[in-house]
Order: sequence, then structure tokens, then C-alpha cells
Amino acid sequence: MNGTDTGFVLISAALVMVMTPGLALFYGGMVRSKSVLNMLMMSFISLGVVSVLWVLYGHSLAFSGDSGGFIGNLDMIGLKGVSADSVVDSFVTDAGGKAHQISTFAFSLFQMLFAVITAALISGGLADRVKFGSWMVFIGLWVTVVYFPVAHWVWGGGWLAQLDPAVIDFAGGTAVHINAGVAGLAAVLVVGKRVGFKKDPMRPHNLPLVLLGTALLWFGWFGFNAGSELGVDGTTANMAINTQVATAAAMLGWLAYERIRHGAFTTLGACSGAVAGLVAITPSGGNVNVFGALLIGVVAGVVCSWAVSLKYKLGYDDSLDVVGVHLVGGVLGTLMVGFLAIDGAGGWKQFVSQAIGAFSVMGYTFVVTFILAFVIQKTIGFRAAEDDEVTGLDQTAHAETAYDFSGTAGSHLSAAAPAPAGTAATSKKVDA
Amino acid sequence: MKLITAVVKPHRLDEIKEALQAFGVHGLTVTEASGYGRQRGHTEVYRGAEYTVDLVPKIRIEVLAEDDDAEQLIDVIVKAARTGKIGDGKVWSLPVETAVRVRTGERGPDAL
Repeated sequence: MNGTDTGFVLISAALVMVMTPGLALFYGGMVRSKSVLNMLMMSFISLGVVSVLWVLYGHSLAFSGDSGGFIGNLDMIGLKGVSADSVVDSFVTDAGGKAHQISTFAFSLFQMLFAVITAALISGGLADRVKFGSWMVFIGLWVTVVYFPVAHWVWGGGWLAQLDPAVIDFAGGTAVHINAGVAGLAAVLVVGKRVGFKKDPMRPHNLPLVLLGTALLWFGWFGFNAGSELGVDGTTANMAINTQVATAAAMLGWLAYERIRHGAFTTLGACSGAVAGLVAITPSGGNVNVFGALLIGVVAGVVCSWAVSLKYKLGYDDSLDVVGVHLVGGVLGTLMVGFLAIDGAGGWKQFVSQAIGAFSVMGYTFVVTFILAFVIQKTIGFRAAEDDEVTGLDQTAHAETAYDFSGTAGSHLSAAAPAPAGTAATSKKVDA
Repeated sequence: MKLITAVVKPHRLDEIKEALQAFGVHGLTVTEASGYGRQRGHTEVYRGAEYTVDLVPKIRIEVLAEDDDAEQLIDVIVKAARTGKIGDGKVWSLPVETAVRVRTGERGPDAL
């Protein structure tokens, strides 16, 4: 077992962990103040639900064996058979071409946090209007029937890894971003639009939170991208610098489009552009040079900036643009690396593999997610009651309020005296 | 007595307060308000979606005055609040039946 590589993967895992609360803040700042806690919780709860499912059976379905290229087996349920001595191969090789080995625990933790953020990403499409309990059920089932298989296809030796040439997906353009983007679209089509979509103003309530979330995502993304080498070598460093420059170029690209089209350099545009760049460089950054990264970044910034307006034309309420940023950015990065890949890999053959990867995930995920969301809607109900939505899910689903706006905060004017649990003040049944 | 109410641009508050103190006003009440007049609101852009924001932040100043002082006091506020640009606000007055100083129970103009 290589200590340096294992240590790097453990640090990268911690960086990826920070992305989920970062995403919560990124999304939370964009919704209205009446449902910010609900938005934060939709991301944050993924750390709870998906982490547990990952060690119970997720790791096994994604990375244990192979059943027809589609999914793994159940031999590693509860990480059975994994000990402190267990190792998996890193992508780092020694001088003789032999792969370094890292601790299976480190690998599993790193991959677990990928599953966590992928499920959390979907929540951006469904802002302000789903039952929280149903959301927990949804992400638990979604990772089981969509994420674990797709992670197996791409990284677990499944059919996309067996294509010739194999799909290039360094850190998860298909398995994470296209996957979450398409799932968001399917779920949005089942759940429907927010009350007042296109009619009432729905301004982001706190752009400083959005910027803080973006900063945490950007920071954590170094672990997400560079960590995907599962060790430390030149490719790791190449990925890290490409992550930085693609993100920078995408921010500038988004802002330039926005300045020309709408007349202002907005804070939300800078943040959105940065995230679009991070998404697009995720599949590609280990296989392109700095010019490739700059090109991928600026194209992602401009195209995603245009793509976020599609929902108004086409009439689907992808509230926080999971489709416009993650799906479009993920597809761009995945396809562009087909041509831009260095070391002679780029070309039509590679492009065809990339397109097969992108569109097969889109097709599978859309159909399965649509059915899953539909079944949840028809059984336990996915959409929150209309008056709960209008009042705000913070109060109706979580029995809390994010901000105390009154200047009399803490005085007897702002809140009733606390009552013992079970009495009138606290016994109101919360419909989550 | 008269109640003079002024709804004006927030950044003029200090000027108005100083002008009123110089005039001899001992107390006033200020609240944050929002609204619009002929200037209407402004436009904001979020990911390409343009929102017209109708309600503009304003402050509301309320002052009680004796009948003889009211007209002059209104002039003082208007002069201090004016920038000459659209959106400067409005000032108006209403008759007041009675006023009581809570600490002493004094009534009418003595309470001011």
C-alpha cells in the first residue's frame, strides 16, 4: 500500500465532503427566504442518507465484480471482507508500469462522497416545492437504481469502461453531472412548476451565500478532480491546474455573454460561470493541456449562460438550473475532450465513445428517474401541499425560520415563550 | 397641532435630522419604508431573467409640530431632502387631535 497516495485520497475525500454543504449554500442563497432551510437540508441530508447506503450496499453494487457490464454484485455488502490491509489499484504507476495501491477504505470513502454530492445536485431543480420525507426516500432509491449502476458503468469496469476506446470520464462528467442534470429534468417534469413560475418574481434572497457556496465548491473541486487520479503524479497536478484555469475562463465567458446580452456583470453570473467551468473540466481535465482547458472553460461559460434561459422558452421549472449548468456543462466537457484529448487520443473514434457515454447515461437516467419520481408522487406524494409551498417549507416542513427580521429579536414580541415538548406550541404535526 | 410625515431617500436622513435640530425640533420618529411614486422601480437581472422591482427603499420621518410652525417645518424638510433628481419623495401634514407625554401626563402643545 502506498502511503502518499492513500493519504492524498483521504485528504481529497475530505475536500469532496465540503462540496455538499458548499452546494447547499450555493443553492440556498438562490431561493426565496421562506424556503432557504429546506433547500440547505435537501443537499445536507444527502450526507446522511447516501453515506449510510453506500457502506451498506452501494460500494458493492458499484465496485464489486461485474454482472454483464451493467452492475456489480453483492459480495461486498457492508464492506464485507475489507480490512486495514485491503487495497485497490491507483491510476498512478511506478517506473515499471505497475499500479500503486491505496487503501480500500480511502477509495470507498472518496467514492461515497461522489455519490453524496450527485444526489444533492438534483435538489436544485426541485427548489421550494417537494415534501422533505419524500425527498429522502427519492434520493435513497435514486442512488440505488441510477447512481450505483452508472458509477459501475464508468468506473467499476462496466460496459462504458469496456468500449474501445474507453470513455474518458476522469472525475465524473457522465456519472455525476450529466446523471444529476438529467435526473433533475425528469423529476421536475413529474413534480411540476412552482406556484407562480414565470409570473411572480423569484429573486435569489442572499447572493453572498451563493458566493460563499461557490468558493467552497471551487475549493473542494480540487479534491474531486485531482483526487480522481487516486494518487499523486503529474496527471494529478495537470488536473489541478486545468481545474483552476477552466473555471476562471468559464467565469469570464459567462460574464461576457451576460454583459453583452443583459447589460451587467452580475455576481450570480460570476458564480454560475465558475460552477459551469468546474462541471465541464470534470470529465476532461486529466486528458487536455492548458489551452484545451481554457477552451472548454470559455465555451462552457458562454453556452451555459445561454442554456439557463431555455427553461422559460420551453416551460419547465428547473428552478436553480441543474439542467442548464450541470447537464449542459457535463455534456460539453464530455464531448469536447473527444477531440481535445492529448497524447494522440483525440479524434472521431474517441468522440464517438464520448457521445455513446453521454447519451446512454442520459437515456437510462431519464427513464428510470421519471418512473421513480412518478411512483413516489402516486404513492407517498412527492409534491408538497400548495398552501405549505406558498407559506414556505421552512415553517411547514422543518418547523423553523432561517432569519429573524424583526428588530425586536429575542424579546417577548418576536416569539412565544418556549413550551415543554408535547404541549400546544410544539405538538403541531409537521407534514414533511 | 400637526403631524408632518415625510417619505424620502434614505441617504438624506442625516441632513434632515440636522436641519430639524437647527430649527428646534426635539424629537422625531424614523421608520424604514418601501414604496414607489412616479419614478417606479428598477430592473434587476438574475441568470438572464429580468425582474422589475417596484418597491424602492425609503425612510419615513414623522414629526409633531405646533400649528404655527408646521408650514415652516415642512419647508425645512423639503429643502434638506431635495436632490433635484426623480424619486426625492413626498412630505405632507395632517391635523392631530391630541398628544400626551407619557412620563408626566402633559397634554397638547406642552407635550411636544
